[in-house]
Amino acid sequence: MIGIINCGGANLQSVMYALDRINLKYKVSDTWNDLKNSRALILPGVGAAGTVMRNLKNLNLIENLKNDTRPILGICVGMQIFFDFSEEENKKCMEVIPGKIKKFSNRQLTIPHMGWNKVKFSDPYFEDCNGYFYFANSYYAGISEHTLGFTHYGIKFSSFVNKKNFYGVQFHPEKSSNIGKKFLTKFFDMI
Amino acid sequence: MLTKRIIPCLDVKKGHVVKGIKFQNHKIMGDPVELAIKYSDQNADELVFYDIYSSVEDSSVPSSWIENIAKNIDIPFCVAGGIKSLSKASQILNIGADKISINTPALENPSLINKLAKAHGSQCVVIGIDSFFNGSDYFVYARTGSEKSKYHTGKKTVDWLQEAQDRGAGEIVLNCMNQDGVREGYDIEQLEIMKNLCKVPLIASGGAGCKGDFKDVFLKCDVDGALAASVFHNNEIKIMDLKRDLICEKIPVRL
Repeated sequence: MIGIINCGGANLQSVMYALDRINLKYKVSDTWNDLKNSRALILPGVGAAGTVMRNLKNLNLIENLKNDTRPILGICVGMQIFFDFSEEENKKCMEVIPGKIKKFSNRQLTIPHMGWNKVKFSDPYFEDCNGYFYFANSYYAGISEHTLGFTHYGIKFSSFVNKKNFYGVQFHPEKSSNIGKKFLTKFFDMI
Repeated sequence: MLTKRIIPCLDVKKGHVVKGIKFQNHKIMGDPVELAIKYSDQNADELVFYDIYSSVEDSSVPSSWIENIAKNIDIPFCVAGGIKSLSKASQILNIGADKISINTPALENPSLINKLAKAHGSQCVVIGIDSFFNGSDYFVYARTGSEKSKYHTGKKTVDWLQEAQDRGAGEIVLNCMNQDGVREGYDIEQLEIMKNLCKVPLIASGGAGCKGDFKDVFLKCDVDGALAASVFHNNEIKIMDLKRDLICEKIPVRL
């Protein structure tokens, strides 16, 4: 059983359908008690980092999540809030992965970074997932020792990160067609 | 590198995909879910569903076909037509759409753009603009779903494009009305002008008739995506063939 945290993100339904397609059982909840028995968690996120942080805080989930040891996959903004800080609304985040979420600042680029872009996985386990994934982001995490996959958009940024049990993807595997399905399958096989 | 998007647009009326010429004389082309699966399998990058019934006739409940599409495809899709309020937009996003596209309601109530962007983020707020060249300048039209309701807003396209972005639009679909449905190519001249003013992704719409039209619009206007309907619906252009041609022209696309 996978626990999907309902923190108000509009991609919640899409994440559920994606897990249906790979035959994974899940439970969706915004209450810690309901999520206690799942083997892993997903934090879907669409919208603004500040909104997702506020929702998690109002649900009293932040401390529980920070102290949990099960694998957790943050998607898009769900990944960004694992970091220390986001330039979006200058918001302090969960501080489980060091670093700051910044806004794409190259004036030549259209922002949001929207559409299909190439992800190169540095982790050999995911090498066969190298390819085009769907993105929709204006903010990004830079490259660090926690980068497991990267993408270019004006600069090179982290599209897959990990520290301890915290995993995050900037792309939307739930909307990335067959390659997204493959990524999710491999991810939940691995953990 | 971020790839250029090929976006089939499906006009939906009472649960059927339809197509008309210059927005008129709608003809039934097929079932939305079946066509969605077909295009997703052919490597379309994204789909737009334009609910032309809601936009003209008014409707407050999101249709079950939207949910069926979300269940059956795993590429992003956008729903347009009849979205006049934050609550309607939220309902559509919550049942699995990735973006909502607003046209007339944004013109009649521009602060709706700010509200939507604040609530859901700019990335899901698409502004559709129906732009008409009257011989001297480009102007925005509203309620273009039927000839009877269609009206000239008095706004210049360049001004509205700017305002929509300032209010939080995350993408612009520019439908060049002079070209729509006549299949003589995208409006290169207009799209070049608008692309220079557009800081968010710009999607070209209206006029695609052959594969070369897609090549032209990407090479000449550098738009982020190209939307088309009938050439895909009646199988004149296969998306995979189109993408292979674009790759030969060194236009980055996802295969």
